[in-house]
Amino acid sequence: MPRLLGVDIPNNKRLEIALTYVYGIGHTTAGKVCDALGMDRGLKARDLNEDQITAIATHIQKNYAAEGVLRRQIASSINRLRDIGCYRGMRHRRSLPVRGQRTRTNARTRKGPRKTVAGKKSVKGMK
Amino acid sequence: MSRSVKKGPYIDPKLQSKVDRQLKSGHKDAIKTWSRRSTISPEFVGTTFLVHNGRTHLKVLVTEDMVGHKLGEFAPTRVFRGHTNKKEAEKATSAPAS
Repeated sequence: MPRLLGVDIPNNKRLEIALTYVYGIGHTTAGKVCDALGMDRGLKARDLNEDQITAIATHIQKNYAAEGVLRRQIASSINRLRDIGCYRGMRHRRSLPVRGQRTRTNARTRKGPRKTVAGKKSVKGMK
Repeated sequence: MSRSVKKGPYIDPKLQSKVDRQLKSGHKDAIKTWSRRSTISPEFVGTTFLVHNGRTHLKVLVTEDMVGHKLGEFAPTRVFRGHTNKKEAEKATSAPAS
């Protein structure tokens, strides 16, 4: 299995699908990368030779933010929000939903597993 | 939906004139404002605002990073002091009765 941009190991899938295993590359971008380099979208990732892999890697690095670069970009913009003390930053700090969703129920993705409080009436009971 | 770019950022005209006056005079007093909906424009950097949160005016020193946000984002309107636990809740309900 070829390695691309460090950790990613796309497998025996078609190139346009295999590329989506890279963080920051979705279907649209994967297709564009294939076309830009004049590669067949249907080419299996295992059939790529070294030159093609480096060509893809450099092309992605040059034109798109992917993997570590993208992760750092996201982390830094979140940190910016935290540091300036705005509402969105506050929500990030408290790990609550940032975009105004309800928190009376749901919001489990941000809040994590339920912490049951003894003696509290169940949500069904509160009406 | 976000605001149309064509219109440009919204800044309360009154607040804008206050800032302009301060920039001209060179004073560094805090500007008291209720206009939480005003966008922070680049010329606001370095000024201190007293932004209303519904009860009092909170001091907000504008830095470069804050440009493009609204003033209200920096003056929280709600105070969350944690959930009451059972004992505290009982105390609170029994106290007014006695």
